[in-house]
Amino acid sequence: MNISASQSALDFAGKGAERIAELFYWMTGGAIVIWIVVIGLAVYAVMSRRAHPVRMTHWLVIGGGAVIPTITLTALLSYGLAMLPELQEPAPKGSTTIEVAGVRWWWRVNYLDPSGGRIVTANEIYLPVDQPVEFKLTSEDVIHSFWIPSLGGKIDMVPGRTNRLKLHPTREGVFHGVCAEFCGEAHAQMRFRVVVTDQNAFDEWLETQSQASKSSSEMAEGEAMFLSRGCSACHTIRGTSADGMVGPDLTHFGSRLSIAAGVLDNTPQNLARWLVDTHGVKPGVEMPAFESLSGEEVDTLVRYLGALQ
Amino acid sequence: MKIKLWWLTFSPLCWAGHFLASYLTTAIYCAKFASPEGDALPVRIAVAVFTIVALSLITFFGVRSLRLHRRGDATLPHDDDTVDDEQRFLGFAALLLAILSGIATLYTALVFVLMETCH
Repeated sequence: MNISASQSALDFAGKGAERIAELFYWMTGGAIVIWIVVIGLAVYAVMSRRAHPVRMTHWLVIGGGAVIPTITLTALLSYGLAMLPELQEPAPKGSTTIEVAGVRWWWRVNYLDPSGGRIVTANEIYLPVDQPVEFKLTSEDVIHSFWIPSLGGKIDMVPGRTNRLKLHPTREGVFHGVCAEFCGEAHAQMRFRVVVTDQNAFDEWLETQSQASKSSSEMAEGEAMFLSRGCSACHTIRGTSADGMVGPDLTHFGSRLSIAAGVLDNTPQNLARWLVDTHGVKPGVEMPAFESLSGEEVDTLVRYLGALQ
Repeated sequence: MKIKLWWLTFSPLCWAGHFLASYLTTAIYCAKFASPEGDALPVRIAVAVFTIVALSLITFFGVRSLRLHRRGDATLPHDDDTVDDEQRFLGFAALLLAILSGIATLYTALVFVLMETCH
């Protein structure tokens, strides 16, 4: 799997992004046509020294300045609009359905189980390749916008309503997702990773996510510290008594690629930094910095969180 | 007939009215009345009616503007402080705005030609 995450709509890995890239190139071509005609005629008017029949000059101005641009724009508009029905169509029934809620400044992710349950995760989305996926998108506070440039178009997440989006990944890899609507101080750091895998790997991942965290005797100290330091007031770790809903679910935190909603790679060093310098990493974030933790306590928490696979 | 400056606004107002009527009708229908399949046929019929009305009005204003522009003997560029120049200028400007409004109205309608559902 290619692990270098892409964030370019032109480096497409999904049907929606592919059509958007096509549209971009056609629009660029159309803009060049209009520019050449209009500027070409303007330059010709300045440079030409011979007199022209009045009728001809009228046709050059109207034709070059209005008719050709209008025809070009009409063609581009028709081409762009003709794409929409297919892109806007809902995913077929039985497709993977994912609820994503934007929260300043992270992403609450629920995979809808066919049996009616929800498999909860955060800030990371796995998708099966070559399968349409239906997203149901909302917001818990302000307007956000959900965008995975390499996979498709973006759509607003509006408090109080659910918008839907169909994506159809066509290539395996890791891709960046972003919030595309300014939503406050840490807007630029409201990101997530998208991992597109084959169906088997996706099923395996989803099965793992549906389980509670595994505990072991080595994790007992970290778990106790997590609970006693108040982390559980905001975070849930299924399989423990931590059931806070304010912050991201951390049940399988150790298996995630990034921390702080896509801001830092998930490494022990970055996690230690995040715990004690939260606002230095992500200004405005609601999580307090745990500056009072000793180095040893930080290491214990980092080991514990990393073990939540 | 002598026209006032207001005449310039009539065609763009038809375009704006068509735009608002089309999108408000669609938003309300799709949010409140559409079937789960999202069939938007009633909306498309409504927009077709709005488009016929809007284009008829824009054509009327455009043709009247053309006639006003052709009346009189004032010569280009119609910037003398005379009634003739004023009327020919207003007629020409209103004609161009009518053409622009007609194209814009067709662009709005094109969305509904190509979008068959509320999705």
